[in-house]
Amino acid sequence: MDLNLTPDEQSFRDELRAWLKVNVPEEYDVQRGGEDSTEYWQYLRDWQKKLFDGGWAGVSWPKEFGGRGATPIQQSIFLQETIAAGAPEHLGVIGEGLVGPTIIVAGTEEQKAKYLPRILSGEDVWCQGFSEPNAGSDVAALGTKAVRDGDDWVVNGQKIWTSFAQGADLCLLLVRTDFEVPKHKGITALLVDMKSPGITRKPLRQMSGDSGFNELFFSDVRVPVADQLGPTNQGWKICITALMNERTNLGSSMFTFFDQAIDGLLEHARTRKRNGKLLSECPLKRQKIGQAVADLEVYRLNIARALSRLQRDSTPGPEGSMLKIYWSEMYQRLAQASMEILGDVSQLKEFDGGDWVYRYLRSKGSTIEGGTSEIQRCILAERVLGLPKSY
Amino acid sequence: MDYDLSKPQKMLQQSVREFCQRQCPLEKVREIMETETAHDPELWQGIADQGWIGLHLSEDHGGLGLGLVDLAVVAEELGRGCLPGPFLSTTWAATLLSKCGNENLASKYLPELCEGSKIATVACFEEEAGWAAEEYTTVKVTDSGEGVQLSGSKQLVGDAGVADLMIIAARGEMGLTLVLVETSADGVSIVATPGIDATRKLYEVKLDNVTGVVLATGAQARQALIESQQVGNVAVCAELVGSMQWMLETTVEYAKTRKQFDQIIGAFQAVQHKCADMLLDTESSRSAALYAAWALTEGTDDADRAVSIAKLFCADAAQRVGGNSIQAHGGIGFTWEHDLHLFYKRNKSNEFLFGDATFHREHVAQIAIGAA
Ligand SMILES: Cc1cc2nc3c(=O)[nH]c(=O)nc-3n(C[C@H](O)[C@H](O)[C@H](O)COP(=O)(O)OP(=O)(O)OC[C@H]3O[C@@H](n4cnc5c(N)ncnc54)[C@H](O)[C@@H]3O)c2cc1C
Repeated sequence: MDLNLTPDEQSFRDELRAWLKVNVPEEYDVQRGGEDSTEYWQYLRDWQKKLFDGGWAGVSWPKEFGGRGATPIQQSIFLQETIAAGAPEHLGVIGEGLVGPTIIVAGTEEQKAKYLPRILSGEDVWCQGFSEPNAGSDVAALGTKAVRDGDDWVVNGQKIWTSFAQGADLCLLLVRTDFEVPKHKGITALLVDMKSPGITRKPLRQMSGDSGFNELFFSDVRVPVADQLGPTNQGWKICITALMNERTNLGSSMFTFFDQAIDGLLEHARTRKRNGKLLSECPLKRQKIGQAVADLEVYRLNIARALSRLQRDSTPGPEGSMLKIYWSEMYQRLAQASMEILGDVSQLKEFDGGDWVYRYLRSKGSTIEGGTSEIQRCILAERVLGLPKSY
Repeated sequence: MDYDLSKPQKMLQQSVREFCQRQCPLEKVREIMETETAHDPELWQGIADQGWIGLHLSEDHGGLGLGLVDLAVVAEELGRGCLPGPFLSTTWAATLLSKCGNENLASKYLPELCEGSKIATVACFEEEAGWAAEEYTTVKVTDSGEGVQLSGSKQLVGDAGVADLMIIAARGEMGLTLVLVETSADGVSIVATPGIDATRKLYEVKLDNVTGVVLATGAQARQALIESQQVGNVAVCAELVGSMQWMLETTVEYAKTRKQFDQIIGAFQAVQHKCADMLLDTESSRSAALYAAWALTEGTDDADRAVSIAKLFCADAAQRVGGNSIQAHGGIGFTWEHDLHLFYKRNKSNEFLFGDATFHREHVAQIAIGAA
């Protein structure tokens, strides 16, 4: 057991830090245009291009596909360091974390050549069209259908909660191609150009005020068979691989995000007063602070153990569900405890630019997105503990 | 970075596990806990013969020269077996003795402790002071010219009824003073104070002009005491993890066999989700406990914080795991016959030992807020 970084990991980190120091752009002023403005998206695409040119795009991808061939631990260092350095959010998170790795495993040579470089360079932003109004947790029950017509699939149906779809260029879409077989065996994955005629996007507003996700309507959308990913009716397996990847990817970057939140909280606790005393002098608030710090540290250690295991065993297992439950529920506790510590004024939008309100609200989505906490617990019960399926 | 036990550590884990299953299955634990002292000399000698007492001490002192991760490995398995007896008390006392800087006494007594021929404990806790070394006042130490004399009393002293040696945290002219006394010395009276955990007996120790030998005083005594409590906490956290592991496995096993409404209860999500929570709590506690052991061995800057975080997390997690485990068992989990309560009670006692979660949360907060 040795929790120090190896010399390789250290030099990876040092090289990255040096690069970030010179290359992280100035923070985008959202006053200039909303989070969905073309200008903001261009800012994010420019950042991706910069990462690409600097050799920092797709760090975990194999070298032969333009990646850096980084180990899981190095990837985790990358995710933490970029956030710590104040780098912009990662617009390509679905493409790089989900679609690319799936294409690498299941795609044809043409698909690899066509899509992979453009994911890394930020030219293509992807979204993930899995969920439907009637197929959420039970996503295999999806009903958006595709029918063969010559060299095309013709797609009709509706997707929902599709993050990034407001500006995405492409969509990894799951469609039903066989209604006669059990639900898992009739699903096919398609790589869909979002400019195809017949696609309508409708932004949905989140309770946090963001318009981060969307409804997508498909009406006789023609997708060439060449853009089918993997064999017909094998889309579910592909989807599972993608979801597994999603879980491991979500974990590491969240650590730094929470770490920064706690730093901000401590800063206020040291300087703001309530009832004539510093917030940091109240024993109850101190207990909450101690708990938040401990919760986060244990999360860091859980990630480190999972990464270490991943490094040995190479494929992410259902343990990813543990990290997902941990961070999403910790996020809610942290957001709640923070507002209790900061007090009444923390509800104001002018207080830290509304960051605490945002965290309080946004964290409610985290136990739903990427598989709800209930589904994650079922996964642990069945696949780790060997209890029978409950559904 | 490698966050896993080494091969030798995995072998150590295996041999402690097998030892516990062979030498002290739970029927035997029950027999031993029904005795006055919960100490079985034969079992104790068996543990000593394996080299597990003081395994983290230097070979000069009769130890194996291993680290605290190894100690945690042993303690986790002893916790998984709910092993009765003075392992924690002796480990704590031996650690403290090794840190007092008194080489004469260390080389006189430590080999005896390690080989099992003597048992030791530490008398430290006072209700008004809790675990904060600064505040011990109850036992006064005076120097008569021919050795020091102690008078006063201490509570919650583990295994005092079987200990040969006792280190007392006393207050004297030199401030905090650590004094070694023989329990057979004149003026020592030891009164059993039965508590929640019958597998590890607690005592009140009264001292009336007892003669002892000074091990350390002032800042050195304080430092040694705190460091020994940190090591103690590493062992306690590991014990808690072992206990949680037992509860998790036992509950999952039960959930796979017990049937109600014509199906095994493990198919009900209310039960499944309790099991999943137990898994998450057990594994998270293990991450925290192992890290604390490693950090303390390496002497990293955050070792003190790591120990407090491990303790507060493991203590709270053990409560949740214990609660879920009993609930998922239904009525049988509430019986004396079922072994669950042995672990549940041990955990409660461990929760308090070396500071409870509230104590350590405050410490973590102090470190966080203090660091500007
Ligand atoms: C912020 C955010 C971003 C998202 N981004 C995307 C995206 O980019 N692409 C995409 O495809 N989807 C996305 N989603 C959708 C997300 O994956 C689904 O919302 C999620 O899988 C739950 O499905 P649902 O909303 O239909 O809820 P339901 O499945 O209807 O669940 C309702 C409740 O029932 C519980 N439940 C359901 N089934 C079971 C069961 N078998 N056992 C026990 N409890 C059960 C759930 O846990 C939940 O509490 C996003 C969601 C959020 C909140």
